[in-house]
Amino acid sequence: MKLYELTISQALEKMAAGELTSVELTRSYLDRIKVVEESVSAYITVDSEGALQQAEKADRDRGDGKVGKLCGIPISLKDLLCVKGMKMTCGSKMLENFVPPYDATVVKNIRDAGGVILGKVTMDEFAMGSTSESCCFGVPQNPWKKGYVAGGSSGGSAVSVAAFECAASLGSDTGGSIRQPASLCGVVGMKPTYGRVSRFGLTAFASSLDQIGPLGRSVEDCARMMDVISGYDAMDSTSVVKDVPDYTMSLSAGLKGMKIGVPKEYFNGLDSDVEAVIKNSISVLKDRGAEIVEVSLPHTEYCVAVYYLIASSEASSNLARYDGALYGYRKEGADSLLDMYKETRSSGFGAEVKRRILIGTFALSSGYYDAYYKKASQVRTLILNDFQKIFQDCDAVISPVTPTPAWKMGENIDDPLAVYMSDILTISANLAGIPGMSVPGGFSQNGLPVGVQLQGAHFSEEVLLKIGFNLEQGLDLAPRELDI
Amino acid sequence: MKISKKEVEHVANLARLNLSADELETMTGQLDNILSYVDKIEELDTSNITPTTHVFSVTNAFRDDVVKESLTQEEAVKNGPEQNGSFFQVPKVI
Repeated sequence: MKLYELTISQALEKMAAGELTSVELTRSYLDRIKVVEESVSAYITVDSEGALQQAEKADRDRGDGKVGKLCGIPISLKDLLCVKGMKMTCGSKMLENFVPPYDATVVKNIRDAGGVILGKVTMDEFAMGSTSESCCFGVPQNPWKKGYVAGGSSGGSAVSVAAFECAASLGSDTGGSIRQPASLCGVVGMKPTYGRVSRFGLTAFASSLDQIGPLGRSVEDCARMMDVISGYDAMDSTSVVKDVPDYTMSLSAGLKGMKIGVPKEYFNGLDSDVEAVIKNSISVLKDRGAEIVEVSLPHTEYCVAVYYLIASSEASSNLARYDGALYGYRKEGADSLLDMYKETRSSGFGAEVKRRILIGTFALSSGYYDAYYKKASQVRTLILNDFQKIFQDCDAVISPVTPTPAWKMGENIDDPLAVYMSDILTISANLAGIPGMSVPGGFSQNGLPVGVQLQGAHFSEEVLLKIGFNLEQGLDLAPRELDI
Repeated sequence: MKISKKEVEHVANLARLNLSADELETMTGQLDNILSYVDKIEELDTSNITPTTHVFSVTNAFRDDVVKESLTQEEAVKNGPEQNGSFFQVPKVI
């Protein structure tokens, strides 16, 4: 087994036994990046020198008995998280030269736990997209099949994990942006409960929906990342004061006494390979002792409409800050302040970002607010109520993550609505603020990964991790060759 | 039509975006398509439903007014496209 193939748990064990150093592990990832990056385009910035310095420090700390929970583990970060002194582009020309003057709280958490930051990975521009094709600095490729999308918006995170270019990654999920690329690339991804993880230092897209979360090669690795990044932060007034359980300790075999719902609305119009994988996963959970019941989330069909109104409205407000005055790109040559704003924004933003800013500005504009934003916020309440009703009786719900496996690059690029519809199974978790997770469930007949989605009540991450762990163990998927 | 070219131009101006003739044409078509779809939510009666803006009620987070370490003026303006070390510079306003 190559060093870069080790899971976090395996690497920590070897380092604790003195069989491996963080410098060796970090070098193994840096070498791997050099070999595969040309075919997968996961990274925007690789900080080889900084990573090796952090690895040396982790090895020294370990020698001194200061062993953090991720001591010496190399991590990649979606390029919308602030790392002091490291360029952060958000995949946009608008921020091509932006260098944050501070660390995001999750970055500080990773550093405090001894983690090694390898660099920043590709993503859809400002996290708006489902394929990562709108990234201005390289488009990540699905490592399982050439010419297929990696998913998005955290496509670089999922690819860097799947292609063994890091041990784990942090992404962000506003409407499925962790779970969907995790599913399409065959890795584990978790979107925690809204408020579970601090967002200080995360570039805002839609503030009532955004959440940071981990992607890893095993459920246990995601649990280890959750242990480090979860908790209240005074710098994020939307983070919630609530004790954080030990997620890694919550992974135990057997699901006796657990009731898992199957929402019938999530099974309309599915690809037959996806349906087969989910049915198989359901039977695995049954074998492990879970009771399976059919449930209903009747407002599912309204999720896409509600989401694109709310997310775009919030985005139009959040992205007002990119005006060429304070940071980022400025179009030179404008002779008035107003022209500078307009010319900067028109040439700095890509088409999808402009489209969402326009939808959002329209939905919030005078005369339309009640019909669009307010109405969507009311339907959001109905969607939240659907989940709360289910979770009075069920511990979690199981479903697909996406209706189909990964699709070919360039497909639907001129039909934004068709792409929006592919998010239908993931966006309701963000609208309801509940945690959601994607766990690899198998492969389609043409060799593309298919993920299984688990969603649970607010702050039930340990329940999802436990179910995911049992699914992973029960399926025991055989390793397969990547197509890179 | 849910939205006309004229309205898209108006909204673009509010959002401080210039659209080329081609962009205006494409965006109007796409926005019209998207807005026609989202009208689906009109089917639901929400007259007695309280809107959800945040899933948990968010209240003001107060802290004591104590001076703490923060960015220096130089660090704070460093990313400005044009600045003189203390101020951001923009084209003449008046």
